[in-house]
Amino acid sequence: MTVTAERSPALEEALGPGSPIVVFDRVSLAFDDKVVLREISFTLIKGQTKIFLGASGSGKSTILKLIIGLLKPDSGVIWVNGERVDDKGEADLMKVRTDLGMVFQEGALFDSLTVAENVGYKLLEEGMPDAQVWDRVGEVLGFIGLGEYADRMPSELSGGQRRRVAIARAMAYKPRILLYDEATTGLDPMMADTVDNEIIKLRDLEEISSIVVTHQLRDAFRVATHEARRDGTDIRIVTAGAEKAEEAEFIMLKDGVIHFEGHATDLRQSRDPYLRSFLS
Amino acid sequence: MLSQAERWIKAAILEVQEFVQLVGAVFRAMVSPPYYRRDVILQFEAIGIGSLMVVSLTGFFTGAALALQTGQTLDRFGARTLVGQLVSASMIRELGPVLTALMLAGRVGSGIAAELGSMAVTDQINALRALGTDPLRKLVVPRVLAVTLMAPVLTVIADTFAIVAGWLISVTNLGVGSSTYWTAVLEGLYLGDAWQGIIKPFVLGFVIGTIGCHVGLRTSGGTQGVGRSTTNAVVVASVLVIAVDFFLTPLLMRVVY
Repeated sequence: MTVTAERSPALEEALGPGSPIVVFDRVSLAFDDKVVLREISFTLIKGQTKIFLGASGSGKSTILKLIIGLLKPDSGVIWVNGERVDDKGEADLMKVRTDLGMVFQEGALFDSLTVAENVGYKLLEEGMPDAQVWDRVGEVLGFIGLGEYADRMPSELSGGQRRRVAIARAMAYKPRILLYDEATTGLDPMMADTVDNEIIKLRDLEEISSIVVTHQLRDAFRVATHEARRDGTDIRIVTAGAEKAEEAEFIMLKDGVIHFEGHATDLRQSRDPYLRSFLS
Repeated sequence: MLSQAERWIKAAILEVQEFVQLVGAVFRAMVSPPYYRRDVILQFEAIGIGSLMVVSLTGFFTGAALALQTGQTLDRFGARTLVGQLVSASMIRELGPVLTALMLAGRVGSGIAAELGSMAVTDQINALRALGTDPLRKLVVPRVLAVTLMAPVLTVIADTFAIVAGWLISVTNLGVGSSTYWTAVLEGLYLGDAWQGIIKPFVLGFVIGTIGCHVGLRTSGGTQGVGRSTTNAVVVASVLVIAVDFFLTPLLMRVVY
């Protein structure tokens, strides 16, 4: 099935640099008697990063599922890339999803497909000629440094490699927004750094807006305080300048509400007892 | 206590409602693009060819046991020569469709529930949706189509093996001549029997496929949940096979004879 995201020039202009690309307006959701999100509002600006922190069950992953339309809110409005998604049916959401990529908690790679088939899945589904698909798959796998794993099955990969392939799958069709759901949970620090670097590279070199959900503070701060720079053919990950660091914002969720919203420095300097206990 | 009963009833009604919605969605998806032809062919192979052995063995041993048992009973009435008629009529009308369906519920229904259940608990179903693919069209329709269309074929194969086994037992054990057996097989069959033997597996196959998919897609709770779903799919599909057969039989008897 081919789904194209055709938009008017006016909307394209309105979605230019500095414009909001994801907007939550007083979004609430409950499962039976349990309130998961209560009156959540935030805005993600194009090319920037939002990092959601919080304990397990605080509603972080639910936010990503609402953005991509896997869940519907009980109330409130959600805008993604200029389209309202909270009232859209599954068929209409397909168009919105052409510009969205999601990296699931454990990778969620398709067990029965090879790494290359996983990465090229959406392109093949959209009917792109095979030769072009495999070119793009090679390019994307090269970008994340897993080119030689193209013919392996997901079960033959380590946890970190699976997450990186999941990132490659999400970026293969060049979405403008990438959602990361606990992309580094369960990985050793070195592997987590590698995944963090991919997130930083995609944001800074491919201009992809990112929403990162994690409870790994180390990774959250790394993504917020580093930037990727192209140095000839090399790509270097360096400490972000003040302006770049301002583009990454933290949101701390507690019991379904926003407990804190601010930048890395604000979070570090906060005297709030809950934040202090979370940071310690 | 009452609130617990209310919760149970509410959950049961919700389950039935979601199953009916799935069935409706499957019918809609069958008549509108996109179609996943490759997945359909793969499922035909996995479900159809993969079930050949189990269905053939079931048919063979059922036919053999049926000939042995009925041979003795028919002897009391001096009608041992009619054993072929009894084996063919019982198998084609009733035992063939039901036993094949029960085997498919055990082999295919459980397999579908386990596969889709594993995909559900590892977020692969959500990943499909996130990548713009409708899991119903990609996963459910090919499986339901394959079980529905392969069940009649497998039933005919089971019936054939059963009748051949009945012949072997009749000749070697009951002392009935080959020509007597085969004449009785043909004389005992009506066109209506054949229709019953073909229509029933269609319906039972559809039940097995949709139950397996419904239970699989609703799986939650990790590997334990997958185990629970697999068991539930077999139990529900098996009971439904027998119940649907009971209600379908009088209906078909009125329509096809």
